[in-house]
Amino acid sequence: MTDTLTPVLTANWDQPDSFTLAGYSRTGGYKALPKALAMEPDDVIATVKNSVLRGRGGAGFPTGMKWSFIPQNDGKPHYLTVNADESEPGTCKDIPLMMANPHVLIEGIIITCYAIRASHAFIYVRGEVLHVIRRLQYAVAQAYEAGYLGKDILGTGFDLDLVVHAGAGAYICGEETALLTSLEGYRGLPRNRPPFPAVEGLYASPTVINNVESISSVPSIIANGPTWFSGLGTEKSKGYGIFSLSGHVKHPGQYEAPLGITLRELIDLAGGMLRPGHPLKFWTPGGSSTPLLTREHLDIPLDFEGVGAAGSMLGTRALQLFDTTTCVLRAALRWTEFYQHESCGKCTPCREGTYWLVRAVERLESGKGSDEDLETILDVGNNIVGRAFCALGDAAPVPISSAIKYFRDEIIQHQKHGGCPFDPAASTAWAV
Amino acid sequence: MPFSEDTLTRLKADAAEITGRYPRARSALLPLLYLVQSEEGYVSDDGMAFCAEVLGITQTEVRGVATFYTMYKHEPAAEYQVGVCINTTCAIMGGDQIYAELAGHVAGAPGHEDAEHGDALGGTSDHGDIKSPDGKVALERLECNAACDYAPVVMVNWEFFDNQTPASARELVDKLRAGENVAPTRGPSRLCTWKQANRILAGFGDGQAADGPSAGPASLVGLKLAKEHGWRAPGAGESHHDSEAAGGSVEPSSAQPPRSDKETS
Ligand SMILES: Cc1cc2nc3c(=O)[nH]c(=O)nc-3n(C[C@H](O)[C@H](O)[C@H](O)COP(=O)(O)O)c2cc1C
Ligand code: SF4
Ligand code: FES
Repeated sequence: MTDTLTPVLTANWDQPDSFTLAGYSRTGGYKALPKALAMEPDDVIATVKNSVLRGRGGAGFPTGMKWSFIPQNDGKPHYLTVNADESEPGTCKDIPLMMANPHVLIEGIIITCYAIRASHAFIYVRGEVLHVIRRLQYAVAQAYEAGYLGKDILGTGFDLDLVVHAGAGAYICGEETALLTSLEGYRGLPRNRPPFPAVEGLYASPTVINNVESISSVPSIIANGPTWFSGLGTEKSKGYGIFSLSGHVKHPGQYEAPLGITLRELIDLAGGMLRPGHPLKFWTPGGSSTPLLTREHLDIPLDFEGVGAAGSMLGTRALQLFDTTTCVLRAALRWTEFYQHESCGKCTPCREGTYWLVRAVERLESGKGSDEDLETILDVGNNIVGRAFCALGDAAPVPISSAIKYFRDEIIQHQKHGGCPFDPAASTAWAV
Repeated sequence: MPFSEDTLTRLKADAAEITGRYPRARSALLPLLYLVQSEEGYVSDDGMAFCAEVLGITQTEVRGVATFYTMYKHEPAAEYQVGVCINTTCAIMGGDQIYAELAGHVAGAPGHEDAEHGDALGGTSDHGDIKSPDGKVALERLECNAACDYAPVVMVNWEFFDNQTPASARELVDKLRAGENVAPTRGPSRLCTWKQANRILAGFGDGQAADGPSAGPASLVGLKLAKEHGWRAPGAGESHHDSEAAGGSVEPSSAQPPRSDKETS
């Protein structure tokens, strides 16, 4: 039996120098690198494939397979871009990871670049996290000094340059093609796919884009072998992952566990819900773009298949928990406003649709809405999903439509009550 | 005001270093905008002209990019930009109340008209900042800052001030206005200015990376619990000899005693 929690990426975070080269090396860091560099690049790809690591940035695409799409001997430069934009509401795992353990990411980057034959890599990190950016810059400088980056790494003839690139405040730049456009120095607008980034990515060259946690998992896979990794987790969702608990729970924070743990187990680990007498009401399994779930879903396995079968998505394992003091309409309105604010404006269904959604949800929240508004919302939502240019648009109606699915009565209550029947003061962290 | 000769020389040297990081110079535009913002506190017409000249593109192209991203200011910023996260988790945990109280407090008049809560406009920079009468502090709304486990969160010059209350946030603003040092929760012991922060964003470190904790208390809750129970990732040694190397160790290191930070609750 595997233990309940399995710290790997988080294992050294309690060391005061975990973010330094010395601290990371002392706890076993940079031991996977020489092992990988002694392998054939294709064998590194095969190892990651065999581990069945699936992308940790939300969509769960198999990482090794993504790498194998990079054409070889094409005469073009190849690039790796790490997606460190972490801006999906609720998601808060990559930022503490890079603050406490930037070297595990860097070791993963070097191994990945060796595998896909890239000699230039970028960490596209959201700009609003100054201390994380300091830590990344410092770690990259230390890795250069140690000869892990730069020319002829560890005497193998492999060269790699790594740049820390700060974004500038735009959720859409987490979408992989918008990220590339932004990294090229333009407004962060998504691009058509195909061509996929593996063929025409950064500067129209083959490019791998992976999430911070995906790349950071690579050293452990190389060091311990693919069967070690695939021995953790569930049948189709292998390995471990960081589960981020926030909201109305006693001890919010980061819990690294095999995929498939349940929310009930996690809440127990976190000391229970915040206030006695106020149980869980609704939650997101993986950020605001994943449909809300309720107390009836406490025992679903938190893996790609389990959450999917419950009508939602595993997403980024950003578990935002709200107890019975919380108005679901207030929560949904705020998320809907977020999508409107962050819509890049490129396509009409999303740009206009998010505007109409906010207006209709606002009417409901203020108690001035009607049953017609409920229908409008579902209708506008249907018109965005599938017609939007990128997944931001598809996600925009998710909070409100899932709120309607589970809490229609409460939403209608707002009309009868002439406003919100909840007291916002009762749901604050300091309310008893 | 156009840059002086000395300033231009200095900026050009920095700009050359920035463009040198990228396979194609145009990729340097975002850091170049941070560079000029670190000089003037905002992205001015002169700043944009400078970026255009460095990259050999038009000022209109630069403006198009600068206006797309919320972290570039188009009028002079305050020395301390205070942002309250009003995305859902923080808002509900008390961020709305913090913002409402701070809005009155910063403006110097309780019940500031904009003070209610993150409203239907959905949020952040498009509202314009609320500035303190002395111009030292400006208040704005932020979207989720990837610190939801520390909700409600306030950022100052993009440093984390975790687990805030209305009282702690007011005290924070008062100290900033009085010129007293305040230390971010997860960050260096001395808060840098807005201009200095932008220089770091342009890629020029300030030597403070090693200051502050590795991780805040909420980041450590799972690890602490695992240690208490003796839980760990399976001993990789069973299949592989060099098992310790799990890219950050499957073996909890014994080099340091576990810290006993107070947990958030
Ligand atoms: C609007 C939007 C924002 C996204 N933000 C992020 C992000 O911040 N980090 C991330 O890793 N993936 C994000 N993604 C997913 C990426 O497009 C992409 O799937 C991911 O980076 C691939 O990495 P992975 O396969 O390692 O998960 C976002 C997607 C969308 C549509
Ligand atoms: S769906 Fe929204 S975010 Fe995506 S391209 Fe269209 S307008 Fe932009
Ligand atoms: S909601 Fe405030 S940091 Fe995420």
